Amino acid sequence: MAYTEDDLKEELKGKEYKYGFTSNIEADKLPPGLNEEVIHLISAKKNEPEWMLEYRLNAFRSWQKMVEPEWAHVHYPKVDFQSLSYYSAPKKKGDVKWEDIDPEMKATMDKLGISMDEQKALSGVAVDFVFDSVSVKTSFQEKLKELGIIFCSFSEAVQNHPELVKKYIGTVVPTSDNFYAALNSAVFSDGSFCYIPKGVRCPMELSTYFRINEANTGQFERTLVVADEGSYVSYLEGCTAPSRDENQLHAAIVELIALDNAEIKYSTVQNWFPGDKEGKGGVYNFVTKRGICHKNAKISWTQVETGSAVTWKYPSCILKGDNSIGEFYSVAVTNHYQQADTGTKMIHLGKNTKSTIISKGISAGHSNNSYRGLVQIHKNASNARNFTQCDSLLMGDQCGAHTFPYIEAKNSTAKIEHEATTSKIGEDQIFYCNQRGIDTEKAINLIVNGYAKEVLNKLPMEFAVEAQKLLEISLEGSVG
Amino acid sequence: MIKINNLHASIDGKEILKGINLEVKAGEVHAIMGPNGSGKSTLSSVLAGREEFEVTEGSVEFDGKDLLDLSPEDRAREGLFLAFQYPVEIPGVSNINFLKTAINEKRAYLNQEPVSAKEFLGMVKEKSALVELDSKLANRSVNEGFSGGEKKRNEIFQMAMLSPKLSILDETDSGLDIDALRIVANGVNKLKSPNNATIVITHYQRLLDYIVPDFVHVLYNGKIVKSGGKELAIELEEKGYDWIKSENVEL
Ligand SMILES: Nc1ncnc2c1ncn2[C@@H]1O[C@H](COP(=O)(O)OP(=O)(O)O)[C@@H](O)[C@H]1O
Ligand SMILES: [Mg+2]
Repeated sequence: MAYTEDDLKEELKGKEYKYGFTSNIEADKLPPGLNEEVIHLISAKKNEPEWMLEYRLNAFRSWQKMVEPEWAHVHYPKVDFQSLSYYSAPKKKGDVKWEDIDPEMKATMDKLGISMDEQKALSGVAVDFVFDSVSVKTSFQEKLKELGIIFCSFSEAVQNHPELVKKYIGTVVPTSDNFYAALNSAVFSDGSFCYIPKGVRCPMELSTYFRINEANTGQFERTLVVADEGSYVSYLEGCTAPSRDENQLHAAIVELIALDNAEIKYSTVQNWFPGDKEGKGGVYNFVTKRGICHKNAKISWTQVETGSAVTWKYPSCILKGDNSIGEFYSVAVTNHYQQADTGTKMIHLGKNTKSTIISKGISAGHSNNSYRGLVQIHKNASNARNFTQCDSLLMGDQCGAHTFPYIEAKNSTAKIEHEATTSKIGEDQIFYCNQRGIDTEKAINLIVNGYAKEVLNKLPMEFAVEAQKLLEISLEGSVG
Repeated sequence: MIKINNLHASIDGKEILKGINLEVKAGEVHAIMGPNGSGKSTLSSVLAGREEFEVTEGSVEFDGKDLLDLSPEDRAREGLFLAFQYPVEIPGVSNINFLKTAINEKRAYLNQEPVSAKEFLGMVKEKSALVELDSKLANRSVNEGFSGGEKKRNEIFQMAMLSPKLSILDETDSGLDIDALRIVANGVNKLKSPNNATIVITHYQRLLDYIVPDFVHVLYNGKIVKSGGKELAIELEEKGYDWIKSENVEL
């Protein structure tokens, strides 16, 4: 029958996680625990150079002195870092050929809806698939090579391009930046590396698919994207994790470096397992993402966050160069008992720097969704401009939406605009849809997608469709 | 087409409709007039299935089915259309996308194939011309930032796209200037056929100069107190609603 608030609440209880399967792949895994010996082991397994080991050990030593941050608007039982295993790799490794890849893993990729075959080729996406910790196969490397573009797993980069890695690693997110960043810097397992040479426009979207498979392995990915002068790259990151009762930890680092006149577009669709209806299980997603813009450079973060039990994430831009531009477009959906504290930091150091922040929060069930943003204008950043729009959409009355905007302006020529709205999906809107023959569930999808459109439009075409579906799944009801 | 039998409805325990009887046959146009607050919008909301209103007594038969037993979306899919007095805005959802969804939901319900892109675009072109709706509006978000008149024209555009069996126009004329009024009325007239029917709810007689009703009913205080031909509307215009009020003091 017709829609009421109670029906809506009832429906939203039925959200189902569609990627909840585990693969049965033999894994090479370290026993739980973290100490310097474990770090030596990880580094040795990866056959790393001495400087990489030193980097890890330095990070570990800083981490030991740090405490887990508690300022975010999230509540969860503390992680016992000694009970986790810090390395897990599928058994088969070495120089992997597509034919040699475990059929189970191929099936997993199918379920995830990613394929490395011709179809993807046609859609022009190069994928770096990170299965637990080791990057399995990277497609399109050959084609990219012709242009001088390097796109490979982090481990490969350490082996084959040590000078680049050494030059840029930790320059945007230092080892001692924060608790999780320090932990990642100590134990990071693998991730992606990308370098675009001067003046090259990367002709295809580069894409990484992360997935947590093993129980009790924290995933510590590390992504480093360097866009040399005047280059352009669009980078996509998608994530899923199997359903598990226990919480899995994900503490990644992403560093972006846009040199003079370069542009990096970084898009994320994150649907790590959010936990079940009662709030059991789910991924803790504690991620540090930051980019630096040199002169006239531009970094644009777009994220659609629907997963994870707890999200702690602030993709940020350091606008160091004059005339540089930072953008942050975000849709964050929380349902059931999910908690998200996400936003951005725009640090204006250069003159005429510009930043735009569009944040759309959607909360349902008993969830909590917070926007936390910092706009900082430094003394020398004359004529800096920021525009922030921060909208919250509430579904039902047991969820929460919060905004914590911080503004620090030390230059009087700064222009900062901030707009914020909070709205509820109206019964009038839903009834209007019903009267046109659209049922309540579809109506909610339409309304939510409409609400998030400004951000979804920023995603590359192919990803936008996926993101839209994801929003639907996240808010899917038990109706029908 | 529709047969309303002794319909009573209330909200928060307060009775608003107090026994409505009305039959509309295919091919007919009925006008329902009445002073503000007499229950006109309530009647249309109840027929469309708005759940806040509780039907306490009576029955409604729509095309042989028990209307009150259907969900609002199924009523729509069966061919009931309500042009809202106050159309809502849906930010970010394009009119086109909205209508395509609506049409395909109806088609799925009737076990029909989804509309093809070509067919759909053809329809949009034809129907938007009918109400002289700027094609730019068809691509904009549903009613967002539309003027009052544009919203009303958009309702008739949607009606044309969905080709309902029974259309209920709730004060579609209010807030329209004379040109817009003529456009809207024209659209409605062109959509008229022996197979469909229209209920025109209006406060004023002037719309009925353009959409000529076969029957006119006066709703007052939750009841139809007078019915007649189109001359009743003119009589009402001359004598004003006080005439009805004084005749029905006991209500
Ligand atoms: N949502 C509501 N809650 C309480 N009373 C309502 C509501 N909607 C309508 N009413 C009351 O019902 C009566 C009829 O209203 P309505 O159907 O809008 O009249 P009309 O459309 O003829 O002007 C009025 O007294 C109005 O105050
Ligand atoms: Mg009314």
